[in-house]
Amino acid sequence: MCLAIPAKIIELQEQDSAVVDIGGVTKRINISLLPGLVEGDYVIVHVGYALSKVDEAEAEKTLALFVEMDDLATGGV
Amino acid sequence: MKYIDDFRDRDLIDKLIQSIHRDVQTDKQYRLMEFCGGHTHSLYRYGLLELLPDNIKMIHGPGCPVCVLPRGRLDNAIVLAEHPDVILCSYGDMLRVPASGKKTLLKARAEGGDVRMVYSTTDALQVARDNPDKQVVFFAVGFETTTPPTASVLKIVEQQEIKNFSVFCNHVLTPPAMRGILAQDDVTIDGFVGPGHVSTVIGRDAYGFAARDYGKPVVVSGFEPLDLLRGIQLLVRQLNEGRSEVENEYSRAVTDTGNTVAQQLMDEVFSLREQFEWRGLGMIPGSALQISDAYADYDAEKRFNTPPVSSSDHNACECAAILCGRKRPEDCKVFGTACTPENPLGSCMVSSEGACAAYYTYGRHQKRIAS
Amino acid sequence: MSKVTYLRKLDVKCGTIEMSHGGGGRAMSQLVEELFMKYFDNELLRQQNDQASFAVPAGRMVMATDAHVISPLFFPGGDIGSLSIHGTINDVAMAGAKPLYLAAAFVIEEGFPLSDLERVVASMAKVSKTAGVPVVTGDTKVVERGNADGLYITTTGVGVVPEGIQLSGDLAKAGDHVILSGAIGNHGMAILSQRQNLSFSTSIESDSAALHTLVEEMLKASSNIRCLRDATRGGLAAVLNEWAQQSEVGFTIDEQQIPVHEQVAGACELLGLDPLYVANEGKLVAVVPADESAAVLNAMHNHPLGQEAAIIGEVVNDARRFVSMQTRYGGTRMVDWLTAEQLPRIC
Repeated sequence: MCLAIPAKIIELQEQDSAVVDIGGVTKRINISLLPGLVEGDYVIVHVGYALSKVDEAEAEKTLALFVEMDDLATGGV
Repeated sequence: MKYIDDFRDRDLIDKLIQSIHRDVQTDKQYRLMEFCGGHTHSLYRYGLLELLPDNIKMIHGPGCPVCVLPRGRLDNAIVLAEHPDVILCSYGDMLRVPASGKKTLLKARAEGGDVRMVYSTTDALQVARDNPDKQVVFFAVGFETTTPPTASVLKIVEQQEIKNFSVFCNHVLTPPAMRGILAQDDVTIDGFVGPGHVSTVIGRDAYGFAARDYGKPVVVSGFEPLDLLRGIQLLVRQLNEGRSEVENEYSRAVTDTGNTVAQQLMDEVFSLREQFEWRGLGMIPGSALQISDAYADYDAEKRFNTPPVSSSDHNACECAAILCGRKRPEDCKVFGTACTPENPLGSCMVSSEGACAAYYTYGRHQKRIAS
Repeated sequence: MSKVTYLRKLDVKCGTIEMSHGGGGRAMSQLVEELFMKYFDNELLRQQNDQASFAVPAGRMVMATDAHVISPLFFPGGDIGSLSIHGTINDVAMAGAKPLYLAAAFVIEEGFPLSDLERVVASMAKVSKTAGVPVVTGDTKVVERGNADGLYITTTGVGVVPEGIQLSGDLAKAGDHVILSGAIGNHGMAILSQRQNLSFSTSIESDSAALHTLVEEMLKASSNIRCLRDATRGGLAAVLNEWAQQSEVGFTIDEQQIPVHEQVAGACELLGLDPLYVANEGKLVAVVPADESAAVLNAMHNHPLGQEAAIIGEVVNDARRFVSMQTRYGGTRMVDWLTAEQLPRIC
């Protein structure tokens, strides 16, 4: 139920469609569930639909947490 | 691939594993259920289980919509496919699942039924447009991740009055299923790894009940190795500190309230079934969706009068216990012998993310046999 | 030989195949002459007999045959024609044999455009000439509309194995190294990208290629190669599992050593497919004694088709005959022997 993948919107099209890019592979998907998208946004795609926008700031924060791990004492969050 | 490769960084994974090993308390058992079949699949395919400390036991949950679909519903789908005027469109996952008498959708196709694999509901709609003389039935399965695409296409079909399209709806819901598991008598689960992509739709707040009503922590996690391991770590820390909260590891894709556009669409197009049979788990109230009255014209069950078909599993099948964490695949007498992915006897073996199938396909080499 | 004259030349641009083209009469003769012989042109074929007769060099003969039913007929990086020539050359070469001659039988659907047939035949002739393995005999049949998916091709090849070379799937021994000749998954994903209902675009091309000269270089570097197979349907995973059964051993491989091109990886992620099981048409796997693998690898790196070759694992003792893989993340997983082809999944 969860095979979904982050993909970059490279072109917005008519009728709630967009073309996305995943590692050089492009695919046409439906964006009707996410109003307000622009080219360059990253979205989570499942069965040909964009379900959620990737929040780049949150992504950076999550990654940064991993990098800091070494310095964290046990029990901290 | 952006947002994929970064979360597969080997060095960071090694560090995270070491950190988890430091976090676990040696005298404590951590029994964590990863609800989602996609997480089960990731654990096995990436080989993560053996990297975890021994006192973390991952219990594989029923979040595999292919696995929990009752065989009777698949029988219904096959009968629909065999109808001379029907083109049955289905996601690839369902095509080889055996129904009663070991029949599958692919076998039905070999015998003349028009069964077409689609990647998306929009493809199914296109089949309907291309074949105006046929009735296209879309075989809808899946949790809340997969439900909005079905809702979306139904809305289009209703607006444009596309008469040769209908949906055979088998969508199921995550929070009621979790409640169903937690409501059992001898629950041996300490916390949940929450399904990442379902949560992009339903939002982090949907899991509040687990913490509030049952005192179980939930950490919503993504699917890359770093995400999954971090979700496990956060659960370990909550349990160490006696907390039971809902945390969101997958914050780059999951918000507190989820995708409200998708939720509104689902509310409009679907209504709740009073109860639904889950293969291996039995009847769970309020756990599944049916097409709402406003869209009844496009409900394949009504259009084709599909009868309820009940079907029970082999009596040696231990899926019910495995799905709730009381037993492991290896504990089942027929695991790997009479019951294999090629010839599945129960729900856990039916798709590659079912607990038994995942263990069989990716993990059975771990079983030490004296050679 | 006196040339037969036909009232009208074959209308290759706009004409289509008719039942008479398979009927054994003048129409068929004209098709053979003006299309097949024109492109495959070689001395043996020019004799226009139903069979080709040739001297057999000394040594063990090898024969292999394949039926090709691929759809679509034309895809990025090749077509059913080039695929059929490469495929049979490779089957012969995997025995360590030098491929000598090919036969090609065509089953064509009534109504099939002659222009497409010409395209396929021209492609076959081109790769056959490049590989130096001529098509010396063939057959044509036409079936009624609705059969044969347009075109089916069966190719058969013969070759000769030099003295002292013994390659077989049951010869793998614990401690041997496993070498893969290059990146996997390209062919299968190139084909899938053409399937209408999956509609994704890539620049992935099929890796269809004749591997016999690569094999020749490998055999020069070591005469002790144990097993050799091209990783076609079922992918790398199928080859290793078959060998595990035949040799009664296990394999352990290292995911980090297995090359996969970025777009292939992306397309696999999108569809939920595992590259280990995706078909290739220009990649081989070899089992080589450990002390000779470096020499074989070096020879492969110096050949255009082996530049991404890598040692990906080794043979181990295992009564269960499992193939297991060390994942990129430090854990292990089995590479199970699937019953049937992978299907794209949503879960």
